[in-house]
Amino acid sequence: MTTRQPSPRSDRSPWNWLLIVPVVLPLLTFLFNHDEPRLLGFPVFYWLQLAFILVGVATTSLVYQMTKKRRSS
Amino acid sequence: MTIQWTELIVFGVLFLGVSGMGFVAARWRRPKDMEHLDEWGLGGRNFGGWITWFLIGGDLYTAYTFVAVPALVFGAGAVGFFAVPYTVVIYPMLFLVLIRLWSVSHRHGFVTPADFVRSRFGSPTLALVVAITGIVATMPYIALQLIGIEAVLKAMGVQGHLPIIIAFAILAAYTYQSGLRAPALIAFVKDVLIYVVILAAVIYIPLKLGGWGEIFGAAQAKFDASPNPGDGILLNANNQLQYATLAFGSALALFLYPHSVTGILASKNRDVIKRNMSALPAYSLLLGLIALLGFMAIAAGITPIGTDMNTVVPNLFDKMFPDWFTGVAFAAIGIGALVPAAIMSIAASNLFTRNIYKEYMKKDASPAQEAKVSKIVSLVVKIGAVLCILLLDPSFSIDLQLIGGVIILQTLPSVGLGLYTRWFHRGALIAGWAAGMGFGMWMLYNVSSPTKPHWAGSAFPLEKFGLDTKMTLYAGLLAVAMNLIVTVLVTLVLKALKTPDGADGTVDDDYFADEGDKGVDAGELEKEPIAST
Repeated sequence: MTTRQPSPRSDRSPWNWLLIVPVVLPLLTFLFNHDEPRLLGFPVFYWLQLAFILVGVATTSLVYQMTKKRRSS
Repeated sequence: MTIQWTELIVFGVLFLGVSGMGFVAARWRRPKDMEHLDEWGLGGRNFGGWITWFLIGGDLYTAYTFVAVPALVFGAGAVGFFAVPYTVVIYPMLFLVLIRLWSVSHRHGFVTPADFVRSRFGSPTLALVVAITGIVATMPYIALQLIGIEAVLKAMGVQGHLPIIIAFAILAAYTYQSGLRAPALIAFVKDVLIYVVILAAVIYIPLKLGGWGEIFGAAQAKFDASPNPGDGILLNANNQLQYATLAFGSALALFLYPHSVTGILASKNRDVIKRNMSALPAYSLLLGLIALLGFMAIAAGITPIGTDMNTVVPNLFDKMFPDWFTGVAFAAIGIGALVPAAIMSIAASNLFTRNIYKEYMKKDASPAQEAKVSKIVSLVVKIGAVLCILLLDPSFSIDLQLIGGVIILQTLPSVGLGLYTRWFHRGALIAGWAAGMGFGMWMLYNVSSPTKPHWAGSAFPLEKFGLDTKMTLYAGLLAVAMNLIVTVLVTLVLKALKTPDGADGTVDDDYFADEGDKGVDAGELEKEPIAST
């Protein structure tokens, strides 16, 4: 095997750590496996999990904006 | 049951109109030369943000999902809602992974995940294993799209298999003609229809039923009365772990499916993928609302046709909406089936062409011959899917789909982890695949329910390991854990024995390549010399 040439480019960024939040949060069933308090008749189980979608969109959008490569042309 | 003519006519007009679009799609975004696999199979590798969003959305959120997820919620309650966390965790998890796959694939001209594995691990055999796994996992998935159409036809009072065969013949013809451009164009119409229908449903139906409080109350009452301990509008102590592991495991599996990879590779640069990872959850919101149709059906006193739970949602629409709008809703589901079925058959035929035909049958195949073979195989794949439905018990194809998820997960170490590390030995990856596959099948076989002795789901009871608990866990995740353990151990052994390993055909910089780089522009793709080693 030949020795590997490391790439000068990288996808590394401290912002990427934020992505862990929307991956872990929806898997913690104890957070949302409740009925009360209800929102518009929805038990917590349903409205909170739907709210996690917004958390997912917000974090991925933020990380995308913060890590976007500035094009030099 | 009598035929609902108004619904059927609205459905027919929309369905045929969209099929016409499928044929015209060949001329959309004018390909220089359609006789190339990059054109037919990847739409020229040039889709921007919007097209990619519609394409992947149409690809992942299929008609089957729209019918089966609410059916599961109708039958079991909270556990059916796993589709929401599943489609939330997937995008942040893959945000950084898929851009690497895109980069390396564009630099080397890879069309399938197996192409990547072949080059990365220097093993045509491992690539063959990945290709066959992909084809086997995709076939029942295509068949399930037919079940979505069938459920709608049943609700309109149309019996027999002939209409399905006609629908699939039309689909086969325009996929042959237009390749990936057809579903990309149709996906737009499908989404507009679905959004209109679902928004109408979640506003109008609860108003008629007396509000969400009433709907959840009716569901609660139904599950309280049922003898099944696993149902309810909340999870219980024994299925919470199953819920979380199923969501996580399904998320890991989704982008290993060849048709998801096809959607990713068809986009034109890394930015398109990253932007889509933050925009695609819009569909998850839709899916969450669709899941709740299951509770609405309970509150509205809907019963399925016969024992076919998939008819619950069509029956709900039929009862709640005026006839013409029911026709629109049914067309949305029917067209929703065509988009993923087309992409899946294209992905499966690309696998056959690149990793079986070109590798083992005709090493010097030209791009035009590749495109020709793929087009013909896409027809064969669809005939196979129709036969699946005609010859097998439909409930059996749902089992196959379940098995499909566990099967495709076994390519995680070579395709998914392979994007980050070259440490694994090619022999170990094959051994791990075999171990995970065997263990997974053993677990699925041993899942029983009161009505079925075997293959009754993916929730594996831990007491089968001799543990003193009633808890269940997603079998796919356990199987892939076994796969990883074996892969690591065998790699250590093979490295200690100095067994020859394949050469890595990629370099680190390949994983960061982007549009505009040398060799990445779609026009001057440096074709991986796949036939020579």
